[in-house]
Amino acid sequence: MAAAGNLLSTEMGAGKLHVLAVDDSHVDRKVIERLLKISSCKVTVVESGSRALQYLGLDGDKSSIGFDGVKVNLIMTDYSMPGMTGYELLKRIKESSVFREIPVVVMSSENILTRIDSCLEEGAEEFLLKPVKLSDVKRVTDFIMRGEGKNGTRSLKRSRSDDCTPSLTAAFTSVSHPRDLSSSPPPSIFHSKKSRSSID
Amino acid sequence: MHSNSFHCSLSLSLYSSTMDRAHSRRHVASMKQSLFDQGYLDEQFIQLEELQDEANPNFVEEIVTLYYRDSSRLISNLENTLERKPLDFNKLDTIMHQFKGSSSSIGAKKVKAECTLFREYCSAGNAEGCRRSFQQMKKEYAALRKKLETYFHLARQAGPLETAFRPK
Repeated sequence: MAAAGNLLSTEMGAGKLHVLAVDDSHVDRKVIERLLKISSCKVTVVESGSRALQYLGLDGDKSSIGFDGVKVNLIMTDYSMPGMTGYELLKRIKESSVFREIPVVVMSSENILTRIDSCLEEGAEEFLLKPVKLSDVKRVTDFIMRGEGKNGTRSLKRSRSDDCTPSLTAAFTSVSHPRDLSSSPPPSIFHSKKSRSSID
Repeated sequence: MHSNSFHCSLSLSLYSSTMDRAHSRRHVASMKQSLFDQGYLDEQFIQLEELQDEANPNFVEEIVTLYYRDSSRLISNLENTLERKPLDFNKLDTIMHQFKGSSSSIGAKKVKAECTLFREYCSAGNAEGCRRSFQQMKKEYAALRKKLETYFHLARQAGPLETAFRPK
């Protein structure tokens, strides 16, 4: 972790991930902020996809492209939001030459296969079921820290643990290769969320 | 607070206040157990309590307060939408989806169950079912609020330690 820390500190300052969290629910914003702070992240929270794009400088104002400012290492967005959905935000980010490398995690209270699949297909790192737990956030942030630590580029291999499933690797490879649906493993949420009685 | 003839030395009054605290903590613990046994709260509430620390000892209470403040707007919205004729089930479902999400985030189990039922009635286009489950949801919502107010009051008295344990 020390090596990763050194690399991170040059990019991010103080070795912390800067996470942009997007959710229209005030309660959920507060919770995700707390989860991220406990996971040692710097957090910026916004209430909508359009605010997120504004923050990143992607809202069509050409003068803000090439700005010096905002460095975001991870975006965590709710799926169901009025106006721009999390999926639409994901697409905008992945279409941007400046921001497409930023990992995006989508969160949703609804366990809908087509939704999950289209998010992963569009390049989301992970799809988390709400309510999001601390263990989910830690897993994601640890993963991002490790991934960014290897020469500043994405590693296509990662060690598997019980928490990790093939889908993260598949999503990873989708950054550089189109995702091959026929060989895609089931999304990770099945692995970690099956026991949840709150899913309906 | 016990008032008795033993309050004559510092060590004894310290012992007494320690016992008060221990008693308060047991009280908090048993109230929490009861809230879980009766199905008012689920695991998510515990998850939130685990996010508390010395610097943020009242995080859960803050979240719950925020929930009740925020969701009152959603409830008004639902009420207004339920008065329209014919009912706009899509709109009702959308609002309830938001409300259910917040309720789930604080671990409000019974409230959440009513929300699910409401949404099922929306899907079925069952106006009467919607109205009934809405009324029931409001009852659960109000009942939980009272219980949690008491719980947080007790928890504050007992002190910040040991509120985040799992009930049996």
